[in-house]
Amino acid sequence: MNDPVDLPAAFAAFSPAVHPPLLPTSDVSYVVDDTVVGRMLLASRSDGALVASAYVPDTAAEDRLLARLSTRVSPRILRHPAALDLARRELEDFLAGRSRRFTVRTDLALASDFQRVVLPGLAASVEYGRRATYGELATLLQRPTAARAVGAALGANPLCVVVPCHRVVASDGALTGYAGGLAAKRYLLDLEMRGAATLRARPQG
Amino acid sequence: MGVNLPAFQTLVDAHWRDVARLAHALAGPVDGDDVAQQAWTQALAAYPSLRSAGNLRAWLLTITHRCAMDVHRSRGRRPVPHDDPASLASVPLTDGPDATLPHEPLWALVARLPERQRHAVVLKYVGDLDHPRIALALGCSPAMSRRLVSDALATLRKELP
Repeated sequence: MNDPVDLPAAFAAFSPAVHPPLLPTSDVSYVVDDTVVGRMLLASRSDGALVASAYVPDTAAEDRLLARLSTRVSPRILRHPAALDLARRELEDFLAGRSRRFTVRTDLALASDFQRVVLPGLAASVEYGRRATYGELATLLQRPTAARAVGAALGANPLCVVVPCHRVVASDGALTGYAGGLAAKRYLLDLEMRGAATLRARPQG
Repeated sequence: MGVNLPAFQTLVDAHWRDVARLAHALAGPVDGDDVAQQAWTQALAAYPSLRSAGNLRAWLLTITHRCAMDVHRSRGRRPVPHDDPASLASVPLTDGPDATLPHEPLWALVARLPERQRHAVVLKYVGDLDHPRIALALGCSPAMSRRLVSDALATLRKELP
C-alpha cells in the first residue's frame, strides 16, 4: 500500500460496544414525566423527601431546574425513576382524581424564606376543592398587605400540584398565571371541584 | 467556592460514550466496562469538591485513564488482551454484534507499543485530549507527550500493512 494510513481517522473510528454506567442513587434523584397537566420534573433527596415537582415544558427549562437543584441541594443529581416511585404514583392518582392528597414527604430546599411561610400555610388552610384569592391567603398568613408578594411566592412554587398553589386565584375569581399554564390550572380546579362534589354526595369515613 | 457545577446526570449523558471508548481502548474488552464503571463511581464521589466546572470532559477522561492504570496494576499484567496476537483471535475486541471493528491490525500494533507511547497515543486520538492534559495524566511534560505520540505514530505507520 502506497497511501499512508490515516491514523487519526482509524483511531476515531474505534467504536466498541459500550453501555452507560450504572450508578447508585445519590444526593438527588429525578425523573421527567409527561403528565396530563404537562411535562413535569420530580426530584427527591436521598432521604426520599420530594424537593421538586415542577413544570419543565422543554429541555431548557429542565436544565434550569437541574442547575438550581445543583446549587441549592447538591450537584450529585442522577436520573433514577425508581427513587420517585411513591411521588409518581401519588401524582398520577391525584391527577386521575383517584386521590385527594399526598403522603410523600416534602422538603422546601428550593424555596425562599418567604415561600417557607406561604407554601405550608397554603397547604394547611386551603382544602381540596376550595379556592382562595391571593388577598385571602395573605390575610390567613397574617400578612394582609402582602397579596402581591404571596402571588410571587406561589408563582415560583417548587412543589407544584403537591403544594396546591393552583387553588389560589385573583380577587375577581379569574385564573391568573400558573407555572403549568392556565389550561393546567383549569384542569386541576375542575378535577377538584368534581372530586369534592363526589365527596359531598357520598361522604366517606 | 461558588462553582456552578451542572447536574451530574448532564455529564453522564454528554460523555458516557467517550469515557467508555477510552476505557475500552486502554483496558480492552474484558476490563473496559469495569474501568468505565469505576471512573464514573470515582467521579461521582469527587464531584461536589471540584473547584472548577471548566473542561469536565477532560476531567472525566483523566479519571478514566487513572482507573485503567489501577486495573492494570492490580491485575499485574498488561491490560490489553490484544497484546498477544494469539489471544486476539479468540477474544473479540468488542462484545456486541453491531460493533464495528475498523483497522483491527492497528489495535494489535497499538497493544505492542511501549506502555507510555500506547497511553499517549490513545489519550490523544481516542480521548481527543490536548498535550497539556495528556502530560498531566502521564506525569510528564507536554513536550514529552508530543514526542511519545509522534514516536507511536511513526512506529504504527512503519508497521501497518
